[in-house]
Amino acid sequence: MQTLDRKIIPAFKTIEKIEMIHASEKRLRNNIPVYAINAGTQEIIKIEFLFSAGMYQQEMPLQATTVNSMLEEGTSKMNAAQIADAVDFYGAFLEVGVEQDNASVILYTLNKHLKATLPVVEQVIKDAMFPQSELETHLKNKKQKFLVNNQKVATLARKRFCELVFGEQHPYGRDVKDADFEKIGREQLLRFYAACYRSSNCRIILSGKVDDTVYTALDDLFGGNDWAGSANIDKGTVPLATTADREQLIFKEDALQSAIRIGKPMFNKTHTDYHPVQVLNTVYGGYFGSRLMSNIREDKGYTYGIGSGLVSLKHGGYFFISTEVGVDVCSNAITEIYFEMNRLREELVGEEELQLVKNYMLGTFLRNADGPFALADRFKGLLEYGLGYEYFDRYIATVKSITASEIRELANRYFDKSSMIELVVGKK
Amino acid sequence: MIKYEKFQLPNGLKVIVHQDKSTPLACINILYNVGARDEDPEQTGFAHLFEHLMFGGSVNIPNYDEPLQMVGGENNAFTTNDITNYYLTLPVENLETGFWLESDRMLSLAFSEKSLEVQRNVVIEEFKQRYLNQPYGDVWLLLRPMAYKVHSYKWDTIGKEISHIENARMEDVRNFFKKFYCPNNAIMVVAGNVEPEEVKRLSEKWFGPIPVGPENKRNLQPEPPQTEERSLTVERDVPVDAIYKAYHMCSRYDKEYYAVDLISDILSRGNSSRMHNALIKEKKLFSDISAYVLGDFDKGLFVVSGKLTKGVDMAQADAAINEELERMKTEAVSADELTKVKNKMEASHVFGEVDVLNKATNLAICELLGDAGLINKEVEKYLAVTAEQIREQANIIFRKENCSTLYYKAKN
Repeated sequence: MQTLDRKIIPAFKTIEKIEMIHASEKRLRNNIPVYAINAGTQEIIKIEFLFSAGMYQQEMPLQATTVNSMLEEGTSKMNAAQIADAVDFYGAFLEVGVEQDNASVILYTLNKHLKATLPVVEQVIKDAMFPQSELETHLKNKKQKFLVNNQKVATLARKRFCELVFGEQHPYGRDVKDADFEKIGREQLLRFYAACYRSSNCRIILSGKVDDTVYTALDDLFGGNDWAGSANIDKGTVPLATTADREQLIFKEDALQSAIRIGKPMFNKTHTDYHPVQVLNTVYGGYFGSRLMSNIREDKGYTYGIGSGLVSLKHGGYFFISTEVGVDVCSNAITEIYFEMNRLREELVGEEELQLVKNYMLGTFLRNADGPFALADRFKGLLEYGLGYEYFDRYIATVKSITASEIRELANRYFDKSSMIELVVGKK
Repeated sequence: MIKYEKFQLPNGLKVIVHQDKSTPLACINILYNVGARDEDPEQTGFAHLFEHLMFGGSVNIPNYDEPLQMVGGENNAFTTNDITNYYLTLPVENLETGFWLESDRMLSLAFSEKSLEVQRNVVIEEFKQRYLNQPYGDVWLLLRPMAYKVHSYKWDTIGKEISHIENARMEDVRNFFKKFYCPNNAIMVVAGNVEPEEVKRLSEKWFGPIPVGPENKRNLQPEPPQTEERSLTVERDVPVDAIYKAYHMCSRYDKEYYAVDLISDILSRGNSSRMHNALIKEKKLFSDISAYVLGDFDKGLFVVSGKLTKGVDMAQADAAINEELERMKTEAVSADELTKVKNKMEASHVFGEVDVLNKATNLAICELLGDAGLINKEVEKYLAVTAEQIREQANIIFRKENCSTLYYKAKN
């Protein structure tokens, strides 16, 4: 019998090809596109209604999020409690959410309860009333959560950082302020709702067990012209107003840790350098074995975690590094963050490290494309930018082919300290 | 229905295999039957610190993460008061790398001084980040010692105090490993697009040679019944007052557990729940409120916590919570309300079966609870709960002298 060699990694394979189930497309009578990932083994379905009704589209802070979360708070036929009861009784989940570029209403249900739950979603989307009394309670509670979150150094850093990158009046930068809670009212909600939550501004993504009964039910409830309307909310691309004051501190007397955010405005997914920079970012701070983690957590023990990321938005994007570190080592941590940037500008990434990052990125891609809901999320990430599935082919090709010298070149182009905005919340 | 196969190696390692052909991935979940409850009262936070050290290299493999990332894998772990659980996912073609890595760190760690020093610092920063530098972050550091006077649930997994972590020595690390990290104290679940025969072969190959360890005889002091109401008021620099009420309840092993879990759902799961409607919407006393069970393996806690609306008096808020709990004790839950929480529970279980890693972790926990097959019986157990059982449990649990209340007040 062969003796076991525990010192050597067993033979392994690198991922050559990734098979992905693609979304199919159909249209409702009124032309709403319905994309579907029919996959998975359970009798469950996720129906996501997507509206261009995000932060970017709103006229004032709180408008997009308040409209979205108040959808469930009353229609002309049902009050908030009745809506909640109708959904909960069938074990379904109704989720609402707002991102920078869109807002969504999501129903998760067992297929057998679709007939009972979808009509409630129809009311919520097409017939929301925004009752004044519910609105007051909602805003009061939301303000309390806002105050609690503003005590967290990480939250303050995240919000302030976007202001610095995009500008304080930019739709991606404008942060909610105390006073905004006094300014938002029912009238503003109704206006935004009437403009955005319309069939002409709606897309639907299905995932899970998708069969004809799902399309029929959707067409019956959402396919008519009763909720048409022109959504004139396109702002085009608002110019950036990035701060000129590149080093900023929000002082917190009693902080035990400081939150650090360093970064800059970047392009979005449609740029040719986006995939190559994703590889650069992964080496630098995009996974557990990254340069930042290895140095600042695993070697120096300054932090519980540090990472960097690329955020792609429809009208722009940004690159950021984020961490919370002990106040006594804050300056040291910042020095190391730049040290690691410089190292990528000067030295070539070693062959073994590069191979590891490539394999890790392909493995992560595989994980993120596993199961119906994950596949739908992948697809959703293309939809906003008008990209097709060849985007993923390009991603895989780039990850496989990129060289160490290309990475160094990218680092020289994008990791320039003088272009970075540096924010500390806490003490330095 | 989740199908699985089960076998045990001669060294005591239990192995469960769940085949799911719908995924290109495999995952390995290894649960060690050790948690913060097994710690020395003078060395709390050790199980969790140890979890960090499990990534600091093993006897034959200097770095755990690198080879796993090299084959496209990813991993993480968590520690609770009851267990320490490690999991990884990777492309199924590279399953053997997972066996190689996990078996080597079960065989022995590298016990590197550098790793110990760094991870002590990392965990101390974690302590600050999650418990001290967060609004309401220290709640569990206050609530646990109030609710538990004897049982080792009286400290949180992060530890009682930072000094316990600072004082951890290599000798303690070695002893902890010897005592708890052995095949007979572990459950391994391999799930995904795997062949049971292959898993068996790999298990014998990589884990078979690991020697059996000492028997883990847990002998924890049970918490005596609480006989008087406990309360504590603290003032902190937070924007709004909060209230936390912890009641002693049965353990995750007990048949009554399912009724108690449903009580928490009736009270606060979703926008149709009682507390959401009565306390947030109608009386406007709270901006958020929740009731939940911790799911402890020994006799555990039922917790109600909420943040008060500005201007609301603490006593008034407390009374309003008590009123809802009293209602659970006196009125029978209606058939509709009971069906509602049962339907929700059933749907959650079905949705939980989408993720293969989630299934693997649950299989491991069920096996520790006595039988992996429990994973397929849990829904039935929830469906069988009656209104009378719910009222009975409410009467056992929601008593003043069974409660510890933390009044967490905003300064000014």
